[in-house]
Amino acid sequence: MEVIVFLVPLALLLGLFGLLGFLWSLKNGQYDDLDGAAWRAISDDDGTPARPVELRSESRP
Amino acid sequence: MQATRDFSHYVKHLGSGLAHIDLAVEGVSCAGCISKIERGLSAIPDVTLARVNLTDRRVALEWKEGALDPARFIDRLAELGYKAYPFEAVTAEAVEAENSRFLLRCLGVAAFATMNVMMLSIPVWSGNVSDMLPEQRDFFHWISALIALPAAAYAGQPFFRSAFNALRTGNVNMDVPISIGVILALATSIVETIGHAEHAYFDAPIMLLTFLLVGRYLDQNMRRRTRAVAGNLAALKAETATKFVGPDEISVVPAAAVMAGDIVLLRPGERSAIDGIVIEGRSEIDQSLITGETLHAAVEPGSEVYAGSLNVSGSLRIRVSAASEGTLLAEIQRLLDHAVQVRSRYVQLADRASRLYAPVVHATAFLTMTGWLIAGASFHDSIITAITVLIITCPCALGLAIPTVQTVASGAMFRAGVLLNSGDAIERVVAVDRIIFDKTGTLTLPEFDVVNSAAVPADVVELAGRLALASHHPVAAALARAAGAKSPLPGITEQPGQGVRGILKGEEVRLGSPTFCKADGLANEILSRDPEASVVAFARGEKRYVFAVCQSMRPDARAVIAALQKRGVAVEIISGDREPAVRAAAEMLQIPEWRAGVTPADKIARIEELKRQGFKVMMVGDGLNDAPSLAAAHVSMSPISAAHLSQATADLVFLGNRLAPVIASLDHSRKALHLMRQNLYLALGYNFLAVPIAILGFVTPPIAAAAMSGSSILVMLNALRGRHVPQETL
Repeated sequence: MEVIVFLVPLALLLGLFGLLGFLWSLKNGQYDDLDGAAWRAISDDDGTPARPVELRSESRP
Repeated sequence: MQATRDFSHYVKHLGSGLAHIDLAVEGVSCAGCISKIERGLSAIPDVTLARVNLTDRRVALEWKEGALDPARFIDRLAELGYKAYPFEAVTAEAVEAENSRFLLRCLGVAAFATMNVMMLSIPVWSGNVSDMLPEQRDFFHWISALIALPAAAYAGQPFFRSAFNALRTGNVNMDVPISIGVILALATSIVETIGHAEHAYFDAPIMLLTFLLVGRYLDQNMRRRTRAVAGNLAALKAETATKFVGPDEISVVPAAAVMAGDIVLLRPGERSAIDGIVIEGRSEIDQSLITGETLHAAVEPGSEVYAGSLNVSGSLRIRVSAASEGTLLAEIQRLLDHAVQVRSRYVQLADRASRLYAPVVHATAFLTMTGWLIAGASFHDSIITAITVLIITCPCALGLAIPTVQTVASGAMFRAGVLLNSGDAIERVVAVDRIIFDKTGTLTLPEFDVVNSAAVPADVVELAGRLALASHHPVAAALARAAGAKSPLPGITEQPGQGVRGILKGEEVRLGSPTFCKADGLANEILSRDPEASVVAFARGEKRYVFAVCQSMRPDARAVIAALQKRGVAVEIISGDREPAVRAAAEMLQIPEWRAGVTPADKIARIEELKRQGFKVMMVGDGLNDAPSLAAAHVSMSPISAAHLSQATADLVFLGNRLAPVIASLDHSRKALHLMRQNLYLALGYNFLAVPIAILGFVTPPIAAAAMSGSSILVMLNALRGRHVPQETL
């Protein structure tokens, strides 16, 4: 059972990485615009936006 | 004179040669908009950052300082099809955003600690009933302490601070028992761990903090979101002034950048953003936003003009006076300050509950300890039992009962078009049994509208509308809007103070005063029927038409008033407008009680009188003259078109042209209070079950943890029922 002396701290360390990652993403402003982030995931980054999307936004007032 | 636009007031200098501006943008709603705007703006040379925030409907821009004029971004966005306005973040909003981020950080830390402490606690719980070595148990306890203590110290800050502030002023709020419970539970656990005891309660307090932080964060986030929308709407209203920067040179600047002594130009159709004295020009101004009076007042050099007045006919040059010089505004401000002070004495439901709760719980814990001592238990065991009572009663569910409902209800009201300005508005709306409406701009629409367009042939309406586009007169603007006119007619000339005219297919067309169009007979006929209307005449060749324009009722006003009366809420009108106008509105809406020509001080007097009679009054108003009475009333509501001061004072702000949000706010609040009460009873009921077990000393850490999370989840689920409130169609 001596193995838990290593395993428990190891598990905690992994958890700590998760926490640090979360705090970093928070500081990085990744939670400032949750609605936008949802849409950005499906938009193209290559500079040639899909045509239907472009058309729809053209027709907006 | 072509005006330049000066946005330097909004530009923030970041150092290292970069400048930053925030723009509020209308109509951003999808992924296409994001990429279109970002690409369109990034294409401008020297722009280093263009980022859309879809949640707040804003664009953040950064560029290398120098040649680039921020006005160019607005033009570019206009080319792309979006209306944008420079935006100045209000301090309150920045504070809300920072709070929101801090709570999320606390939540992250608390959630991490909860998960890891739980990972260690469960082996201990199962080990206690099987074969765990005491050394292993101590090892797990120590590691739990190592995680839980710093995490609680960090994530507990919002609660400790608020509890400390309450205690310092001699008050008790919900955070006091929470803080005491958390601190005692952790302290006991350390003492127990040092003494190699079987039970330690590291998991319960940190889990409690996690649940509470979820509730607080959601509540805060909803509030932040509402503020962002309100902030955008304030920016869209764009209070600007046209300032003389040289003898003949003008520049459009934000109202905040205008100083006393500056000279501004107020053209027909513009609303003044400043107070001042006319130094040149004659005109009529519409002061309905300030006094409620719909009859136009004539101004000439020497007359005073207040912020919010609409210039109707001629151009004016105005010397800006300091805000405090205006006697009317100073009077309104004085009344307002007084009313705000009176209202802050309201005690929220949560605080009332905790004032009862905290002494009872702490007394119970104390009695438990003395009881066990008398019964012959050791001092150590008695204290531990007393502390488990505190842990089990630690108001987790109680602390969540109200914020969760508030979050859900404010979200539902947000969708119904009501923005909450103050945190306790929901509770105060519920008690309302009398609603006082202002007339102008509240029961009526803020804009003018053509009332007799059905009586005029459609092609004439369309033509008159296109002609009206050439005029700045607000009545003409209403006609253009009603006709849906987009393209102005070519070659139209404006005859100042009279109207516009031009030639169409060889025929002369005219739009303007009845005399100008030689249609006095028709106009008098309309005016004799409806003395409140303004008229604008249209002539084409020999044909004559007259349009009646007035501020018409909100489309659902009558239905809403009827629905309110059906709910047992008495309704009355108090207006600064003249008697015939108020009487006509009251008769149309079937409101028996009305008062006309009321001054701001008399409005307050009426509200005070009703208060003395025991009524809980809701004031719904929009004018500057309503601001003090909005603050004096038990709860208040303003349309989004309201004067800035009124809107800042109102507890609730509603969007759109309809009055239905008044009903929605009432219904949602009633439902919300019902759920809050239900949640409090649920939380208390749980305590009634759990406390005897704790007093008898049967509570082990797993029971404490299960009880705490069970009751919290129950309360949260119950709060979700506030999402849907049946609304009748009005």
